[in-house]
Amino acid sequence: MANDTGFRSATISVLVDNESGVLARVIGLFSGRGYNIDSLTVAPVEDGRGRSRINVVTSGTEMVIEQIKAQLDRLVPVHRVADLSKEGPHLAREMALIKILCAGERRAEALRLADAFRARVVDATTESFVFEMTGNPDKLDAFLDLMRPLGLAEVSRTGVAAIARGTRVI
Amino acid sequence: MAMTTSEMRPGAEVLLRALKEQGVEVIFGYPGGAVLPIYDAIFQQNAIRHVLVRHEQAAVHAAEGYARSTGKVGVVLVTSGPGATNAVTGLVDALMDSIPIVCLTGQVPTHLIGNDAFQEADTTGITRPATKHNYLVRKSEDLARVVHEAFYVARSGRPGPVVIDLPKDIVINPAPYAAPATAPHRSYRPVLDPAPDAIAKAVDLLKGAKRPIIYTGGGVINAGPAAAAMLTRLVRETGFPCTSTLMGLGACPASDPHFLGMLGMHGTVEANLAMHGCDVMLAVGARFDDRVTGRLAAFSPQAKKIHIDIDPSSINKNVAVEVAIVGDAGRALSALLDAWARNTKPQDRPALAAWWREIEAWRGRDCLRYTQATAPGAIIKPQHAIRRLYEITRDLGRETFITTEVGQHQMWAAQHFRFERPNHWMTSGGLGTMGYGLPAAMGVQIAHPEALVIDIAGEASILMNIQEMSTLSQYRLPVKVFILNNQYMGMVRQWQELLHGGRYAESYTAALPDFVRLAESFHAVGLRARTIEELDPVIHEMLATDRAVIADIAVDQAENCFPMIPSGAAHNEMILGPEHESEAAGITDEGLVLV
Ligand SMILES: Cc1cc2nc3c(=O)[nH]c(=O)nc-3n(C[C@H](O)[C@H](O)[C@H](O)COP(=O)(O)OP(=O)(O)OC[C@H]3O[C@@H](n4cnc5c(N)ncnc54)[C@H](O)[C@@H]3O)c2cc1C
Ligand SMILES: Cc1ncc(C[n+]2csc(CCOP(=O)(O)OP(=O)(O)O)c2C)c(N)n1
Ligand SMILES: [Mg+2]
Repeated sequence: MANDTGFRSATISVLVDNESGVLARVIGLFSGRGYNIDSLTVAPVEDGRGRSRINVVTSGTEMVIEQIKAQLDRLVPVHRVADLSKEGPHLAREMALIKILCAGERRAEALRLADAFRARVVDATTESFVFEMTGNPDKLDAFLDLMRPLGLAEVSRTGVAAIARGTRVI
Repeated sequence: MAMTTSEMRPGAEVLLRALKEQGVEVIFGYPGGAVLPIYDAIFQQNAIRHVLVRHEQAAVHAAEGYARSTGKVGVVLVTSGPGATNAVTGLVDALMDSIPIVCLTGQVPTHLIGNDAFQEADTTGITRPATKHNYLVRKSEDLARVVHEAFYVARSGRPGPVVIDLPKDIVINPAPYAAPATAPHRSYRPVLDPAPDAIAKAVDLLKGAKRPIIYTGGGVINAGPAAAAMLTRLVRETGFPCTSTLMGLGACPASDPHFLGMLGMHGTVEANLAMHGCDVMLAVGARFDDRVTGRLAAFSPQAKKIHIDIDPSSINKNVAVEVAIVGDAGRALSALLDAWARNTKPQDRPALAAWWREIEAWRGRDCLRYTQATAPGAIIKPQHAIRRLYEITRDLGRETFITTEVGQHQMWAAQHFRFERPNHWMTSGGLGTMGYGLPAAMGVQIAHPEALVIDIAGEASILMNIQEMSTLSQYRLPVKVFILNNQYMGMVRQWQELLHGGRYAESYTAALPDFVRLAESFHAVGLRARTIEELDPVIHEMLATDRAVIADIAVDQAENCFPMIPSGAAHNEMILGPEHESEAAGITDEGLVLV
């Protein structure tokens, strides 16, 4: 694999039959072949046709990413594999619930930052907040970095949902 | 959509009806509690024959031998729990070597799944990475559809093993029958026809080649005898040299002067040096395995590569290629032949002639040469035993199938037995499963009752599925087991000699059985050759015997298998035998970690 050294991140969407075991097949493929999973989401879409969409963010050299796509595509219940990060501009969104434990001065600071990042307060006590925030994973990361010194206590993230911009569909 | 009939029959009957409709004639299996209803249904019909093996692993290998020698799907039936887990080695073997198998496994009834019930195993979980695909039938109405789909998945595209896990209630309860679907599969649709522009690009490269080579593999065998014939035509029309992997032997006739023998770790000098020095490589149904490429960074450094493969994941996996042709080897080769004829660009004949002169010089080194002492009492060289077996069977003129176990004897068989036709050579390549050869031979013999079927074995490997001698005797299968007995796990001993300072840890088998008496105890014939003058008579007697035979051939214990590209070395860094000067670079520290 000479001349194949550049690493890149890839956001891959996979349309699969919504049957038992299909997620295990996908995850087993990644763990069995030593590929990275940076993020993974799965949920039924297209209810009538019983299909789910898996969004997986992975990274590797170009050759490895092509290999991941080919391996995914040969799983029997897989309908379509799309490399959103390669096929054109795309949107990637993730939701997070973020718990901050803080009092006094810091509460005002946390609220100010939340406002700037368009995070919503979905729960509050005198010692805590839970923020809900949706956005590009980078934006979530940036918000979490700012919250850390203010008492960041717990995070629950959904993983990435992704879709192509414009008229393109997978 | 498949048509469902309203008539309901017990699941086991529906299962057998679906198998029959898929053309199944024989099942290799072993009974147990979870599959008793299926056995009951088998008992009450005559269309499908059941062959009772002695171990579930052997059932899968037998089905592999059956499948590889016929081009059909091999079928296996085993019980839940230990029956299924015993089958796993066979399944992985079939997965690695792209052999179409449908394996039916019993399962505890649906309401007990997950309860750690008696003989319960998570069979679909265990076999997920061991199969091309697997199914757990949870609803009776899915049964027939799943069986038909399993056969389609097993044989289409890149073939492989498929497991259908059958809970006991599903095979007992009434189920509807459904004919095979006529519509394309909803998601699995392998590409068979090559893209014309890729074919055109390939022909352009091939026409301009000065030092071409055709590198073929098991995919040509998978594609069927017509594909092998097409390959041979292409080789002859282009005048290009052709080499093959272990799995592809027989696709291009060994007697054709264009054929350079096997390439790779134990390939010939001419094949490996031609691969190393070529400027255009056409790979057909071969997957650039590490046994073949050696050190990747030094693999065919100057070659523009064209790769035909039915599985896109085989292309650009280990080696980046210039032209990717996704499709069936047969169709792609026929498209190539057409395009070759239509393309008016002339071939570079003088360059090709010069290339052949180089190749002939390499071939002239006769890298497989060995010296067999002929005085009575002389020790038999293992290579010579295979040469004689080859020559005597060739002169006999009977249709001959060869299977092997795994080790030195396997490599010597690949080097010295010459195959003129596809589907007559079965060996465990990808997984390298000791114990493969005897059950595989059994499956071949079931499919070809009149043919001569020989398992070229090592004394260590044969003990891994020796129990199948009992199956041979029950079904009167006249399989010949030809043991090259060096009393060592020779391949292990060779690596220990070359890589581990000659410290032969655990590679000598003390207390081997007396194979002659062992054969007799299984109602077979046992023969032995100790020295050179006994070799030919034993081979003749073995071939003249119309029962199962074990021929125990005592061979030189110190013999090593050469040429050898040590792990981590390149094609032009082969170690040759004691009769030759080596250009070997020796074994590097990086090489030592490789297998
Ligand atoms: C002890 C030992 C030593 C070995 N030494 C060597 C050695 O020296 N040389 C050697 O060659 N091997 C050797 N092997 C075998 C090696 O491990 C591999 O099994 C073998 O090289 C793979 O062969 P292949 O590339 O033909 O691929 P296969 O495993 O036969 O794969 C077939 C390829 O063809 C494709 N295909 C399938 N069907 C079709 C179709 N219809 N049309 C087109 N493409 C199709 C598949 O997708 C796949 O890519 C050794 C094995 C053992 C156990
Ligand atoms: C099931 C299994 N276990 C271990 C190995 C590793 N292995 C490869 S070759 C070999 C020795 C085979 O010995 P034998 O059958 O006598 O053949 P020889 O090399 O002597 O011809 C071993 C142990 C294997 N390939 N398969
Ligand atoms: Mg041995």
